[in-house]
Amino acid sequence: MNPIIEKSVTELAAAIADGQISAVEATQAYLDAIEAREPEIAAYNETCGDLAMQQAQAVDAKRQAGQTLGPLAGVPVAVKDNLCTEFGHTTCSSAYLKNFKAPYTATVVAKLQQAGAVILGKTNLDEFAMGSSTENSGFAPTKNPWDTSRVPGGSSGGSAAAVAGRLCAGSLGSDTGGSIRQPAGLCGVVGVKPTYGRVSRYGLVAFGSSLDQIGPLATNVTDAALLTSVIAGHDERDSTSLPNPVGDYLADIDTPIDGLRIGLPREFYTEALGGETREAIAAAIETYKATGAEIVDVSLPHSRIDIDAAGNISSFAVACYYIVCTAECSSNLARFDGVHYGHRTAEKVDDIIELFSRSRDESLGDEVKRRIMLGTYTLSSGYYDAYYNKALKVRRLIADDFTAAFEKCDVLLCPTTPTTAFKFGEKTDNPLEMYLSDIYTISLNLAGLPGISIPAGLSKDNLPIGMQLIGPVLSEKTLFRAGRMFELASGISRLAPPMLKA
Amino acid sequence: MVAQVCNLWLLVVGGTGLQPVAVGGTNEKIMTDNNDNVLPIIGMEIHVELATKTKIFCRCLNRFGDPPNTHTCPVCLGMPGSLPVMNKKAVEYSMKVGLALNCTIAGRTKWDRKNYYYPDLPKAYQISQYDMPLASDGYLEIPLEGDTTKKLRVLRAHLEEDAGKNVHDLPGCTGVDLNRAGVPLLEIVSQPDMNSVAEVTGYARAMQRIVRWLGVSEANMQMGHMRFEPNINLHITRDGKIYKTPIIEVKNLNSFRSLEGAVAFEIRRQYELWQDDPDGFTLEKLGKQNRGYDVDREQTVFQRDKEEAHDYRYFPDPDLMPVVVSSDWRDRVAGEIGELPLARRERFMTEYKLTFEEADSLTMDGPTGDLLDAVVEAGAEAKRCSKLLMSRGLALANEKNCTIAMTGIKAWQLADLAKMQDGGDINATAAAKIFDKMTATGDSPADIAQADGLLIVKDDSQIEKWIDDAIAANPQAVAEIAQGGKKQKKSFSFLVGQVMQASRGAAAPADVQKQLTQKLAE
Ligand SMILES: [Zn+2]
Repeated sequence: MNPIIEKSVTELAAAIADGQISAVEATQAYLDAIEAREPEIAAYNETCGDLAMQQAQAVDAKRQAGQTLGPLAGVPVAVKDNLCTEFGHTTCSSAYLKNFKAPYTATVVAKLQQAGAVILGKTNLDEFAMGSSTENSGFAPTKNPWDTSRVPGGSSGGSAAAVAGRLCAGSLGSDTGGSIRQPAGLCGVVGVKPTYGRVSRYGLVAFGSSLDQIGPLATNVTDAALLTSVIAGHDERDSTSLPNPVGDYLADIDTPIDGLRIGLPREFYTEALGGETREAIAAAIETYKATGAEIVDVSLPHSRIDIDAAGNISSFAVACYYIVCTAECSSNLARFDGVHYGHRTAEKVDDIIELFSRSRDESLGDEVKRRIMLGTYTLSSGYYDAYYNKALKVRRLIADDFTAAFEKCDVLLCPTTPTTAFKFGEKTDNPLEMYLSDIYTISLNLAGLPGISIPAGLSKDNLPIGMQLIGPVLSEKTLFRAGRMFELASGISRLAPPMLKA
Repeated sequence: MVAQVCNLWLLVVGGTGLQPVAVGGTNEKIMTDNNDNVLPIIGMEIHVELATKTKIFCRCLNRFGDPPNTHTCPVCLGMPGSLPVMNKKAVEYSMKVGLALNCTIAGRTKWDRKNYYYPDLPKAYQISQYDMPLASDGYLEIPLEGDTTKKLRVLRAHLEEDAGKNVHDLPGCTGVDLNRAGVPLLEIVSQPDMNSVAEVTGYARAMQRIVRWLGVSEANMQMGHMRFEPNINLHITRDGKIYKTPIIEVKNLNSFRSLEGAVAFEIRRQYELWQDDPDGFTLEKLGKQNRGYDVDREQTVFQRDKEEAHDYRYFPDPDLMPVVVSSDWRDRVAGEIGELPLARRERFMTEYKLTFEEADSLTMDGPTGDLLDAVVEAGAEAKRCSKLLMSRGLALANEKNCTIAMTGIKAWQLADLAKMQDGGDINATAAAKIFDKMTATGDSPADIAQADGLLIVKDDSQIEKWIDDAIAANPQAVAEIAQGGKKQKKSFSFLVGQVMQASRGAAAPADVQKQLTQKLAE
């Protein structure tokens, strides 16, 4: 493997700043990697090599001219294809937007560019970020670099697989119910869902507006912290973005936190959590104990996961989440009506209603339609109070649980996903089972809290197991330091799938 | 049909008993037969486009009349990923209207999405305010004939974004112009307190005056700044039993004439239909219906609903934060409102002794009334200024299709002009000329009068010279005056006229007459 590819974002940025490696060399190394492994992984919807090269040349010219370089100067990255970019297409992996070119660039992408990052392309996702495997992509599924017969998770499966398969040094995804952390867990990379409002959503094609948050995926915690610091901050174009200044996430990242209190939500450690995931998390807890961290028992009653005699798993949070996110998406996706842009039916239609219906019917996938219908139903008059209003109350209770828990601890620790990466087709027939991939991740989105998924080890089948750290609002710095403590103590960092060694 | 119903006389049950009511714009009185007592019950939604510089949720210009889709951006185009950012000015403008309508301003309000599909609505939802309007429970007191007034209750006023416009005059297709999409729109909903056409138009005109007064809307009908949607039904008492006709909402009326025509027509139409079927044409059986208005035929017409039986699936817009109106903010906005038009009209009549017509015209908008106050402040006489404004000011305003204040007249100019006229320095004709000229040039009236020779000449020797010239040039007239008799008066006037002509209007006729009499007597 090209030694450039073996460098983390942080190392690569330093090497480029020092002039040891040029941005063009770095970009070429990744374009070569894409040529070699992308056919197997299918992480990208679109790569833009020429544009990437131009960006790299600009960075090199800047450095030669002695100008100050941004913190990501020359670092090749990828962005999820639901982030609007004036270059290339913005498809959301939907047939509806297959040929759509956005007229503007998302704030986060502009921030990456300002930091000097080289954007390699747009990564695959479950259509409009609805799914947990990329099998709902309107084009083709992305494969898990650890085992290409398995899913990479989703919806940011392309972004996670691209990082795991070293098809980019780092990437951006979006997380509505776990869409960054879950694929990060399944692909053995680090994924961050920042506090709601920490990162501007301007230019992120909305799925569940009150839940969506953009965050980075990277091969280690330090890179994730660096990428987060670049994209975070107030944006006057996003009314929900927070005005608080962004701290220096990298300053003490290698310094362990003295007397770190780690809460274990007892509702997440039930029979529903089984096998190797349970063991890996137990080992992680032991690792933390060895660093001197204090382990605290806490309770999140409304995030409880129940399992009945027949083995069926259920969760308040999942129910609440699917009411809120489907309600919002039914409204957010209504604009894809065939009138202003995107797919319009070629059939002859009698009236405008038929034009709307046919254009949508022909171009939106089953899962998207399912969620639009669910959301339309729950917002309908007569059902609003029973579903949407009740879900908002549950949401409040879930958030209150976290507030109470954080009186006793600094961070919470739990698995990212109940299982390791599953096989293609394994859950596609049962949407409910697919929804349960997110049981450990969705509560945070409902509460607006930050979370980070970090590789905790590998299963016997050599599949990554992710663990999740959750913190209170705007505790990103604590999460990065706590995550880095684990990396340092366990030695688990920058996991490389076998295909890279071949 | 109209000719037929003209035979009817429609009676309205008022507070004091039966009285005939005008249902048409003219004095046409219609009364019912069978001694039916017919009470029209009318409520109204008024949409007012606010004149903020930019749209409500993006920075695009809020401008009418430019080429299609020239004031658009990702936000108002409803592009995926774009997000709304609230224009605080639009909220303040709405607060002003709410306060002027004696409403309670909500301490906390929010934005909701009203979901429906239509080509001119690019997001397929309109951002509006559903269950927490910015303003609620107010009233507007309107003047009625005979020095009476009536308080009409305002249920609520909420802010929302306007939709774009479908353009149908393109060959082979319908276009969508989104310049209007995102223009702030205030929807003011009345209680059904109006009982006649006069009250409906009185309410609408009073509302126009208030929003213009507050400077929050140009309220220009031709530009669609105000749209009316009256809902009308009749409560008919016959033989002690009360019948209610279906409630008809007439959509999208964009002129006072249409409003008046539609309401008058509906009253007649509903009464006629009810007479044919007193137990069938009722609210219980037929509920609420929408109708449009055909301007050419002056009739309301059946209108298929844009979308049938609507469930808008309102829910709070997660992209916008709730709006918190602190008492400080509300008080500051309230402080900017000042005197309201009806109060000012009253004051102009009592304090400045203006007639109703004068006071009414000069309180149509804020700046024109401010102008009058300023000239009085500057020491000019109110009545004189009012006369100048009512003659040349109003004429120029009509010519330019603007308010009197917008003609360009400055308070100091008007004050100086009025003082000059009152001081006998210029006559009325000169004052009119100077008025027009100073609005165009910005010069002082004294300079204009000087330059154009419009000052009244008070120099007796100069007048004497003109008189001498006139006498010398017209011996015939002088002779006729000397003879006395029939032609004396006419010849005297002729000579005065000759002198005035020589002075090019700058001599005071009284001075000329006095000196000429003396001269002829010598
Ligand atoms: Zn705009």
